[in-house]
Amino acid sequence: MERYEVRIRLNGAWVTTEATAADTLLEVLRDRLGAHEVKNGCGQGDCGACTVLLDGKAVNSCLTLAVQADGREVTTIKGLGTPDHPHPLQESFVEHGAIQCGFCTPGMVLAAKALLDENPTPSRDEIREGISGNLCRCTGYTKIVDAIEDVATRRRHVEG
Amino acid sequence: MTIDTATAAQRTVERPAPAVEVQAPDYTHVGHRLPRHDARDKVFGQTKYADDHHMEGMLHAKVLRSAHAAARLVSIDTSAAERMPGVHAVLTARDVPCNETTSKFGQTHTAGGFEGLYRVLADKKVRYLGEAVALVAAETLEQAERAAQAVDVRYEPLPGVFDPREAMKPGAYRVGEEDTNVVCTYRIHKGDVEAAFAAADVVVEHSYHVPFGDHVYLEPESGIAWVDEDGVITIRVSTQVIEHFRDVADIMKLPHNKVRVIAPMLGGGFGGKEDITVEAYLALLAYRTRRPVSLTYTREESLLAHSKRHPYYMTYRTGAKADGTLVAVEAELVSDAGGYAFLSPWVLLYSTVCATGPYVVPNVKVDAHTVLTNNTFTSAYRGFGAPQVCFAYEAQMDALAARLGLSPLEIRERNFMHTGDETATGHVMQTAVWTDETARQAFAALGEPTPPRSSRERVGRGLASGMQSYGRLIYMHDTSRSFVGFELDGSLVVRCGVQDLGGGQASSLATIAAEVLGVPLEDVTVYFGDTALTPLAGTTTATRQLYMSGNATLKAARAVRDNLAAMAGEMLGVSPERLELKDRAFHVLAVDDADESPGPEPLSLDRVIKACASAGVPLGDLAQFNAPAREVGDMQNVRGQIFPDFTFGTHAAEVAVDVDTGQVQVLKFVASFDVGQAINCLSAEGQLEGGSVCGLGYALLEDLRIERGKTVTPALDTYLVPTALDTPDVQAVIIQSRGGVGPFGAKGIGEPSSTSGAPAIANAVADAIGTRITELPLSPERVLRALKQKDARDERASGRDGAPPPTA
Repeated sequence: MERYEVRIRLNGAWVTTEATAADTLLEVLRDRLGAHEVKNGCGQGDCGACTVLLDGKAVNSCLTLAVQADGREVTTIKGLGTPDHPHPLQESFVEHGAIQCGFCTPGMVLAAKALLDENPTPSRDEIREGISGNLCRCTGYTKIVDAIEDVATRRRHVEG
Repeated sequence: MTIDTATAAQRTVERPAPAVEVQAPDYTHVGHRLPRHDARDKVFGQTKYADDHHMEGMLHAKVLRSAHAAARLVSIDTSAAERMPGVHAVLTARDVPCNETTSKFGQTHTAGGFEGLYRVLADKKVRYLGEAVALVAAETLEQAERAAQAVDVRYEPLPGVFDPREAMKPGAYRVGEEDTNVVCTYRIHKGDVEAAFAAADVVVEHSYHVPFGDHVYLEPESGIAWVDEDGVITIRVSTQVIEHFRDVADIMKLPHNKVRVIAPMLGGGFGGKEDITVEAYLALLAYRTRRPVSLTYTREESLLAHSKRHPYYMTYRTGAKADGTLVAVEAELVSDAGGYAFLSPWVLLYSTVCATGPYVVPNVKVDAHTVLTNNTFTSAYRGFGAPQVCFAYEAQMDALAARLGLSPLEIRERNFMHTGDETATGHVMQTAVWTDETARQAFAALGEPTPPRSSRERVGRGLASGMQSYGRLIYMHDTSRSFVGFELDGSLVVRCGVQDLGGGQASSLATIAAEVLGVPLEDVTVYFGDTALTPLAGTTTATRQLYMSGNATLKAARAVRDNLAAMAGEMLGVSPERLELKDRAFHVLAVDDADESPGPEPLSLDRVIKACASAGVPLGDLAQFNAPAREVGDMQNVRGQIFPDFTFGTHAAEVAVDVDTGQVQVLKFVASFDVGQAINCLSAEGQLEGGSVCGLGYALLEDLRIERGKTVTPALDTYLVPTALDTPDVQAVIIQSRGGVGPFGAKGIGEPSSTSGAPAIANAVADAIGTRITELPLSPERVLRALKQKDARDERASGRDGAPPPTA
C-alpha cells in the first residue's frame, strides 16, 4: 500500500513519519512514534482510552486516520504536563483519588481538558456529559467528576 | 516508585463527608486519605503496561480461533500459512509439549475436585466458538493475521448444547469427553426445611436468572515473552496470577525454575486475568522462534473468547414467621460453565456457601450444579458467585417484607447474623459482623425522598445487604510472603510478589511498612509482581492481597522493627518495650503517666541502622503469612468454616423509572461497608464507588448475549457498560469495626463492594413500579413488559381483595 509522509506537531515538536491511507493516528502514534501513553482499549471508538487532542479538540485517535493529522497539532497526556510542570487537572486527578488502574486516565484527562477549554465552569452533569465518551471500569466516575470540578472551581476563584 | 503525598494528603474534597469519622487518630499513615503513589506515574503517562514494552526483533502473534461452538476437528493444514511472508511459526496442538494439563490456578495446595482441564490448543473436538486452534508469529501483525486466515481448518459441525438445564438432562449432547456435562454438584443440608416450611406463616418462591457478563477491563489481555540469556522463558504479561509460571512450565515440559513471569501495572483485572490468558501462547512461540513475541487481544477477541461471568438459573423458596423471622431457605442453583470448567467449581462453592446471605437461617437446603455447555467458558468475575445469589436472596427478602407489611430495613434487621451466630454451613462467626450498622447507615444516607419530576416518573427505593468472603477457600492452604528491609541510607524497600490491578495492592503495602517502621511514605519503594525477584505472594484474586500480603508485610516490618528496637534499647540503655519508632527516630516513652522527668533525647533511625549494619543485625526480614487451612470436606453437605472471614455491607439506591420508556435512572446510590480498618480511606472509597458502579452495570446494562454459542454482542457498542452519564455520584460510607483478620483489623472490600449493588437497584425498581423483575439486566424492554403484565393482573384482580404477590 502506498505510503504518505505525515508531519505532526506532537507535544510541541514537529515529527515526520510515514503512514498508509488506512493507518490510524493511534497506530502511528504508538507503533511509529513510540507514544505508548496513548492507550488502545477497543480500536472501535467506543472506550475513549486513545483520546488525544487534535488542534485542541478531543478525538478518538483510533477513528482518526494518520493522514488527517498531517500538518496539525497532536497533544497526548505527556504534552499536557510533566512531573515538573503538571497541569492542574493532572494534580487534581492524583489528589482526588480519580486514578485506579490508570488505563483510562490519559484519555480521560485530555477529554476533561477539552471540556474545560470549551466550558470553563461546567456543572457536574455537564462534566459527566463531557467525559461520557471515556469509559472507566475502576473508579465509578465520582472521583473523576470531583477532580474536574475542583479544577474548574479553583480556576473560578483565581479568575473571580 | 517513590511516594509523594505530602501536600495532597491534607486537602479535602467538597463532597458529602462520609457518615462516620474515618480518620484513625493513632496512626501516622494508616486510615488517612492518601493519594496513591502509582497515580502520579499514571497521570503523566509514564506507566508501562503489558503492551507498552517493545523489544528489538519482536515478532507479533495472532491466535486462530474456532468458527464453531461444537465441532469435530477433522484436519488442520498449516503449510500455506507457513510459506507466507514474514511468518516464523505456525503452531497447533501437536506442537505443544503438554497440551493438556490440570490447572491448579496459580499457587499452593492441590485441593481435590477443584482442578480443571486446561487444554492449550483445541484438539479433536471444539467446545466453544473462539476456542484457540492455532498460533502464528510473524514479523508484523498484518502478516500474522493473514497467515492465521490461511490456516486451513476442516470442521465437522456437531449439535452442541447451549442451556445448562438442557445439558444436565440424560442423553444431552456431551460437551467434553466425560460421561456427563455436570462439572460438580455441591449441597448444604441444615436442619429440616420441609418441616420448617410446613410450620412457616409465609413462604415465597421465585425463580431468577442472571446473564453472562464481561469484565471490560480497559486494557485487553496482553503480554510479551522472550527467552533470556540463561534460557529462561520470561513473560511480561497483564495477569492477576504470576504463579501461572508453574502451569506454563508444565505445558512446556520445563522445570518450574525455567519460566519467569512479570506482571507490570495492570489496566484492570476483575477476575478476567485470573486464568491464563496469553502466557502459554507466548511461551510456545518465543521458545520456538527464539525471538521476543508480543500478543494483545483485540476487544472483539476479548469479548468473544475469554472468560465470562456465569449466568445462573436460581429457584428460591424462603419461609418466615409472621414477625418476619426466617425459618428456612431452599435454593437450587444451576450455573453455565461454558466449554471448559476453569474456576466454575470454586465459583459454585462461593455461591453455595453464601446462598442464604448475611442472615440467621436455621433450616437450609442448597443444591448447586455447574454444567458444561458449548457457550464461551465462564470463570472468575468480581464477586465470584456471590453477586448472583445476592440478587436472588435479596429479592426474596423484599418479597417477604411486602407480604408481611414490613419495611425492607425491618425484615433485614430481624434476621441479620451477628458475631457468635452460625452461617449456613454451621460456622460460628468469631469476627466482626456489623451488617445491621451498614444497613441503617445506608438507608439513612439516602436522605429525603426525591419527588418525581413528571407524571411519567415513578421513584422507588431499595436496599440490599450482602456477605462476601475475603481470602481464598481455606481448602487452598493459602500463603503469602513479603520482604521488608532498610537500605544503608535509611530508605525502605518492600519486595512482594503481588500483582497490582489498579486497586492499590502495592501502595497499601508501602503504607503498612511505613506505619510500622516510622518513616514517611516517600521513603518507601515497593517492588512487586516478578516471580524471579519478589517473594511469591499468591494471586491478586479473592479479595486476598490486603489480608494475605498485608499481613505478611506487617509481620516482616514488625520483625525489622524488633531488630532495630533491640539495638536502640542497648544504645539508649532502656528496655526496647519503652521505645516508640516514629518520624524516623526512637522515642523513649515515659514509664507511667506520673513520670514527668525529661527522658533521653530521641535516637535517630539512621544511627540505629548504621549500628545494626556494623554489628551484623539484619536490616530486613522475609516473612510468610499462612491463612487458616483445612482439608476438603464432604461437598454433598458443606459444613464448617470455608473462608478465613467475610465482609458485610449494604447498598441503598433511589431510582426513577419512566413508565413510558421503561428507562431506569439511578438518582442516589450509597455503598455502606464495614471495611474493618481502612488502610487508605481515599482508596477504600474508590473501591466502594467503583464496585457500586460495577453493580449498576450488572443491574441495568450489561448483557453479553450468546445465541447458540455465538456472542452477538462482540463490541462495546452492543455490550454496554456504564458511562459517566449512567451513574450518579456514589456515596461511600466507611464503617470501621477494626474486627477483621487483615492488618490492623482490616477486611477486604475489592469484591464485596460490588456484590449487593445490583440487587439494591433491582429492589428500588420493584418499589417504584410495584412489580418485580426476576431477570437482569433491568432493560427498558423488561421494565415495560413487567408494567404491562402488572396492569393486566391489576385489571383481573380489580374488585377482588388479596391480589396474589407480584411476579414478572
